Amino acid sequence: MKLNVNGTEHEVDVEDDMPLLWVLRDELGITGVKYGCGIAQCGACTVHVDGVAVRSCQLAAGDLDGDVTTIEGLGTPDALHAVQEAWVEHQVAQCGYCQSGQIMQAASFLDLNSAPTDDQIDQAMSGNLCRCGTYPRIRAAVKSAATKLQRA
Amino acid sequence: MGRIKTIARRSFLVGSAAILGGVAFGTYLVKRDPANPLSADAAAGDAVFNPWVKINESGITLVTPHTDLGQGAAMMQAMLIAEELDVEIDQVTTTPGVAAGAYYNTALGDEAVPFRSNDDSFAAEAMRSTMGAVMKVVGAQVTGGSTSVPDSYVKLRKAGAVARETLKAAAAAETGLDAADLTTERGAVVLPDGMRMEYTTLAAAAAQIEPVNDVTLRDPAEWRLVGKPMQRLDIVSKSTGTQTFGIDVKLDGMVHASVRMNPRKGAELLGFDAGDAEGMRGVQKIIGLPYGVAVVADNTWRAFQALDAIEYDWADAPFPAEQADHWKAVEASFVADRLDKEWRHDGDVEAALEGADVVEAEYRAPYVAHQPLEPLSAVAKVTDDRVDVWVSHQMPGFAEQRIAARLGMETGQIFLHNQYAGGSFGHRLEFDNIDVVVDIAREIKGTPVKLTFSREEDFAQDYNRQIGMARGRGAHAGGKVTALDLDIATVSASRSQSGRLAAPVPGPDVQLAAGAWNMRYAVPNLRVRAYAVPELAPTSSWRSVGASTAGFFAESFVDELIHAAGADPMEERLRLVNDDDARAVLEAVAEMSDWGAPLGPRQGRGVAIVTSFGVPTAEVVQVTDTDDGIKIDHVWVAAEVGRVIDPVNLENQIMGGVVWGLGHAMNSEITYADGRAEQDNYHMAEGMRLHQCPVIEVRALENNPTVRGVGEPPVPPAAPALANAIFAATGRRLREMPFYHTVDFL
Repeated sequence: MKLNVNGTEHEVDVEDDMPLLWVLRDELGITGVKYGCGIAQCGACTVHVDGVAVRSCQLAAGDLDGDVTTIEGLGTPDALHAVQEAWVEHQVAQCGYCQSGQIMQAASFLDLNSAPTDDQIDQAMSGNLCRCGTYPRIRAAVKSAATKLQRA
Repeated sequence: MGRIKTIARRSFLVGSAAILGGVAFGTYLVKRDPANPLSADAAAGDAVFNPWVKINESGITLVTPHTDLGQGAAMMQAMLIAEELDVEIDQVTTTPGVAAGAYYNTALGDEAVPFRSNDDSFAAEAMRSTMGAVMKVVGAQVTGGSTSVPDSYVKLRKAGAVARETLKAAAAAETGLDAADLTTERGAVVLPDGMRMEYTTLAAAAAQIEPVNDVTLRDPAEWRLVGKPMQRLDIVSKSTGTQTFGIDVKLDGMVHASVRMNPRKGAELLGFDAGDAEGMRGVQKIIGLPYGVAVVADNTWRAFQALDAIEYDWADAPFPAEQADHWKAVEASFVADRLDKEWRHDGDVEAALEGADVVEAEYRAPYVAHQPLEPLSAVAKVTDDRVDVWVSHQMPGFAEQRIAARLGMETGQIFLHNQYAGGSFGHRLEFDNIDVVVDIAREIKGTPVKLTFSREEDFAQDYNRQIGMARGRGAHAGGKVTALDLDIATVSASRSQSGRLAAPVPGPDVQLAAGAWNMRYAVPNLRVRAYAVPELAPTSSWRSVGASTAGFFAESFVDELIHAAGADPMEERLRLVNDDDARAVLEAVAEMSDWGAPLGPRQGRGVAIVTSFGVPTAEVVQVTDTDDGIKIDHVWVAAEVGRVIDPVNLENQIMGGVVWGLGHAMNSEITYADGRAEQDNYHMAEGMRLHQCPVIEVRALENNPTVRGVGEPPVPPAAPALANAIFAATGRRLREMPFYHTVDFL
């Protein structure tokens, strides 16, 4: 099958039911996307399909219909996305393992809702687990990112 | 010397009281610095000043041997070296380095002794000194016990200063100037005329002279980095998906593997039928092992699928199969012959309770899993004369020894490449992933293999937090707490752990009543006894270890006695407290939270103070009892840390500790049925989610001269402060974790 990831076309030979997560990590070697739980409980595997956040552990390769963006395609260390800028400014990460998914979730959410309330942020981000407990910083960073995106 | 080393190694026990009766350590052996591991492969022109600093013409490398588990250890260590070396963080490369005895952890010994952390008596100091000597002789490179900061604080600044002064001496020799007239800044020696001699240029000359070891550390008032808010060196990589964790390591020709071990932890595999798995796509090898089956494939998911297609015949669990029997074993342990130690007896508790109106209560704390978000994984390549393993581990030296023993090789042939971890919380003190990856890699010699545990396998194979109970009896008179008698019975995680290392240690386990016996209260009649429950399911150190359970028992019961006395929970604690540091943190949270101010309807506040790892930590929790459940509104935390290394990271660590403590107290436990853990993924052991997270305010106090680490101390007060707050709001006393069995949470 063919798929577009971060603007690059790839051809992979995989079963239709292989989750996109494992296509990305083990077939294409794109490791910014993380395996956490495999059952859509943690959100570490969150990527965008046509700009919308999805749990890549639950999306079968055969059901993929759209272009994939992973954290590597959102922004880079030299050209940070506004959400990543906010994550750096607030020093959100501890271990950082969940943060790819948190950032992809936040970027998609802010794309749909550019001026969220605190409650809306809480609801949008509560599907992403952080075992280190960076939640207060995630909240602050989402708010900062919203402001940045409104100005942009 | 050989014999002393053998004894010390066998007697070593993390987190327990290893009392080495009659073993004397020769001063020579203790004073001799373990070989500098950087010397082994230093090239011409490399200046390896000590085990932490290497400079050559291509750059400055700082070795940060404490494993970065997400707690910011790499940055903390780099800051301390850079402070005295006079380099900036953007000028250096950091590496965890190789596993080596030079990186022994002395501070861990400080906390392994059976004295309160504020006890500076001769006996306590002598024991700490002995334990420090043990750590040095056995070369125990351990990340744990909140010791990375105390272990590094002086040692790494000194390492930076030695390198700086040696570079100045080299510059003095080259220029004919007096070293005293030279200064240093931003990676260069600066001559009186302003000319800069870059360290990288001076390195070759510095390598030729003896290091200048006689250095004086700078006054904190002169610090440029330490104590200031810094940007962590891994913050950009962790915000862009470019940080490589152990699970992300890629090698040419690498294959993927997973494993299914007996879900009855520790028991054998009796047999298996892999007929359905053998022809599955991508499956390259199916390996039967004494404890389970491993599948090697070309993709991790295909390995998972194949493992699901295999039929297994598992042996019975080597511990009670049903949870109820675990509790029965705990309940049966409050007896004289299970007494591990009477840790404290002030006054006369029996006399004080005689004829008094005795308040009694019983508490329970369950097994809890670690489950950092990065699942257990490891990459290994085994050849006939060399083994390389890429993994994140808290004891890399022990891991190398273990691999060598498993393969019948020499430790010098084993190379562990320590990685950044996606969390640990104590999980990466164990060796299952390393054992299994080596067992797989030896079957496919020359081929690198990445092992990944499924989340379900990780839950099944976790060594959980100890299970335990406490029974309290107490009395009050005239509105004051007058007697407190607390019996604690828990499994010894330390013994479970050390038993697996074949290094059992006699003597009491200081963790059984940690956070309880050392309560900094002057209750006139106060007794704390610890009973050791025989080993049940295997357990291990879980963020804050014994204090995570004993702290809950102690501060819940203290609160019950205070309420029974009709006193205010804060005021009575302040009246009882017998230590300046503890009083200061209580006063701080009282002030921060405006304790005593009127609350809204159905709101309540609870306070708790627990001292663990030498850090008195007080927390006030405020909750609202809404129609849909308990909402945790706000938490105020104050901790006495001696010295703040980085205020940003400190705040992040303390907030994280509070979230960890609250989340697991709310909804997390492991229970056994048919010998298996019943919870196999996060939906059954969730921890806190973002919408449940309170506002958290943090204050660090720096009154005590001893610098401490804060990875663990914020955890123990969180659960009792929450329970005490819920009592204040609802009148319901929660004596059993997790609390969601009793109350709903939003």
